[in-house]
Parts: sequence; C-alpha cells; structure tokens
Amino acid sequence: MYDFVYRRPTQVSEASRILAGDPDAKALAGGMTLLPSLKQRLMRVTTLVDLGGIAGLREITATPGILKIGALTPHDEVARSSIVRAAIPGLATLAGLIGDAQVRNRGTIGGSVANNDPAADYPSAVLALDATIITSKRSIRAADFFLGLFATALDADELIVGFEFPLPRASAYAKLPNPASRYATVGVFVARFANHCSVGVTGAAGGVFRWTEAEDRLGSYFDPQSVAGMALERDDLNADIHASAEYRAHVAGTMLKRAVASAAAGAI
Amino acid sequence: MSVDIEITVNGRPARATVPDEMLLVVFLREHLRLTGTHIGCDTTQCGACTVHVDGKAVKSCTMLAAQADRREVRTIEGLAENGALHPMQAAFREYHGLQCGFCTPGMIMSALDLLDRNPDPSEAEVRTWLKGNLCRCTGYQNIVSAIRACAAELRQDKVLGR
Repeated sequence: MYDFVYRRPTQVSEASRILAGDPDAKALAGGMTLLPSLKQRLMRVTTLVDLGGIAGLREITATPGILKIGALTPHDEVARSSIVRAAIPGLATLAGLIGDAQVRNRGTIGGSVANNDPAADYPSAVLALDATIITSKRSIRAADFFLGLFATALDADELIVGFEFPLPRASAYAKLPNPASRYATVGVFVARFANHCSVGVTGAAGGVFRWTEAEDRLGSYFDPQSVAGMALERDDLNADIHASAEYRAHVAGTMLKRAVASAAAGAI
Repeated sequence: MSVDIEITVNGRPARATVPDEMLLVVFLREHLRLTGTHIGCDTTQCGACTVHVDGKAVKSCTMLAAQADRREVRTIEGLAENGALHPMQAAFREYHGLQCGFCTPGMIMSALDLLDRNPDPSEAEVRTWLKGNLCRCTGYQNIVSAIRACAAELRQDKVLGR
C-alpha cells in the first residue's frame, strides 16, 4: 500500500467536508474492495475517510410499504435480519450469497452500491426494487443512480446514508457465482409488485440493467413457464476467461427461471 | 502519518502508535508478536488471517489496525484457558483436522463464528461456511468432522451445564 492519512469522522457532514476538500480522498466503508485495491496498488489515495465512526448508519427498519436499511449495514446483518427476511426475502437471500462469511461480516450495502462493480450482487436488487438511494445531499432513484461500469450518480463528496426499498409481494435472487471469487457470473433479482414485475440483472454486462422482455412476460403471468427458454438478447454481454457472452446469455435465462420459481413459491 | 490506537486483544488492552496504513494482521504479528494469525494469500481470499473483531470472524489482512481502534480482537492465542486447549482446538487435534497447520488458526476462528450462530450445523452448512478458508492439504474432510464434533461437544456441555 502507498501511504495515506487515515481519518475517522463522527458525522456525515464532516466526512463530506473532507472529501470535498481533497479530490484524491476516498470514503472507506467495509473496505472489502477498497482495501484489496489499495494493497495491490491498483489505486492511490491521499486520505482514507473511514465512515465506521459515524453512528446511526446501521439500522434496519420497516414501515408500512417501505424497508429502510442504513448504508453501513453489513451483508451478514441484512442476510440474518428477521425484518428483511419478512419484508423482502430475496434481498436477505442475496446478502447471504455475497462473498464468504468473513467478507459478509465487514462488507456493507452502501459500499457495494457506491462501488457499482458490474458483478456485484446488490445493484440488481436495488434496481429491480426501484429503491431510493438516500445520500448526504438528496434522494436518487435507482433508475438514475447506476451509470455503468463502476460509475454512479454520486458526486465525489456525496455519501450514501441509506436505502428505501418499496415492498414487493414476492422477490427472489438467483446467481451463478464464480467459484473462486463468488462474484456473480450472472445474477438475476426478480420482484413482483401488485401491478408489475421487475427483473434486475448483474454480472452479465458492463453494468446492472433491467430485463424488460422478461418483465413483460412475467407481467402477463408470473410463473417459471412464462420465461422458459428465455436467454438474454443483447450485444453488450461480457465475455472473459470465466464465461463467454453466449454462455452468460443462456445462464441468465436459467437464473431467471430459478428466481421466478423461488419467488412464486414464497409469494406472500 | 501515524495514529494512536487502543485495541483489546485477547482481553488485554494494547496501546500503540502505528502508521495509518498498518494492517490489523501486521499489528498483531509484528507489534504484539501474536504470530498464530497467519498471512497466506494477502488478498482477502484464503482466510488464514481470520480473527474475531467484536465477536465476528474477519480477515485481518483486509482491515486497518486503525479500524480496530477501541474494539475487541480475539486471536487463536486467546482460546486456550490455563493451558487447556479450547474444545475446537482439541477437536482439530483429535480428528486430524490439519496437516501442515498453516490454515488452522483461521479455520478455527472461522468455525467458532459459525457455531456462535448455528450450534448444530449440517455437513453442507459447515462446508458452505468455510468458503472463506482455504486448506491445500486435507481436502477439508477432517476439518468438517472436527467442527461438527466440537459442535456436538459444546451442545452436550450446554445440556449438562458445564
């Protein structure tokens, strides 16, 4: 690691101020991506602003129709929360499939979404559920938040403080994990609301996206048979040493069908 | 730059002034000389550096010492009491859950976090849990046996009020 200055503010406003005053400062949440990146000298920062000293960003609460999750809530807490499991079971499943146990104890939902890794799990749920991202400055709709490969609508000094998820009638997540990293080769999040269905796909392209053709079919009839044989039809699918574009297109269909079956089985 | 930290390690407070970028594992090994916590891959994958921070298993190669300030850290050295091995250590010995032993401290610390949540894990649950701990000797078979045997023993202890 290159050297840097470590700061641990106790207020969101103080953290934002440090970030605003130094373009090469970076916020640190769970650090499960940032610290390995620094260790490998893939990036260099002047100041690391540890958000771990800020109280109140780790709460999970449900009000009628809305599930709120604080930005610094670790994956493990989302996975095991009885509130999340009751409100959006697919989200709890997703959190429990991220990385490994040690990573889930440290990594946070806010860190994952702010990083927007194209193979990260959370963005698919945030997009499919049309969550609102609450930041230090404003509220951002998920549809306006994810801007492709590691890019988001966040300003350099803007911090995610929490998420508001509308409650679907049913939800599920299915992914084919890379066997070594457990990032999504392809991950599919399915949400069924009263008047529409929504499908978020991660791992397949340069950034998370909605699978509108699948949503149309599920909107007519929410059943795995409605999407039987579907594969992604896009010309921007990832192809790398782990999976070809053609393979990802096919696996997305399989994950979609599994997620729909599991959401249908657990529907409220 | 340097930062003042105070970490409770295995029940005892450790105060130090360390470089901002010092990793927790380096602090444990080189500052406190607690070399039971190992550095394997150094890339957040192998789990040999697993310790508990506030009771949860974490990879200490991927946490700054400064982040552990005012927290409780437990390492493999903090398990045995009065010279008697912790039941998980004893089970790893009895079931031959190690060959070279490099991954063992991390395996044990990780396994204890599992039993903390699930006192009776199935074989599949143990194997899934251990995804964050790599062993290149044993094929995991005896590690899984040791963890399940320890779980059974701890459940029995609880029933008997030991």
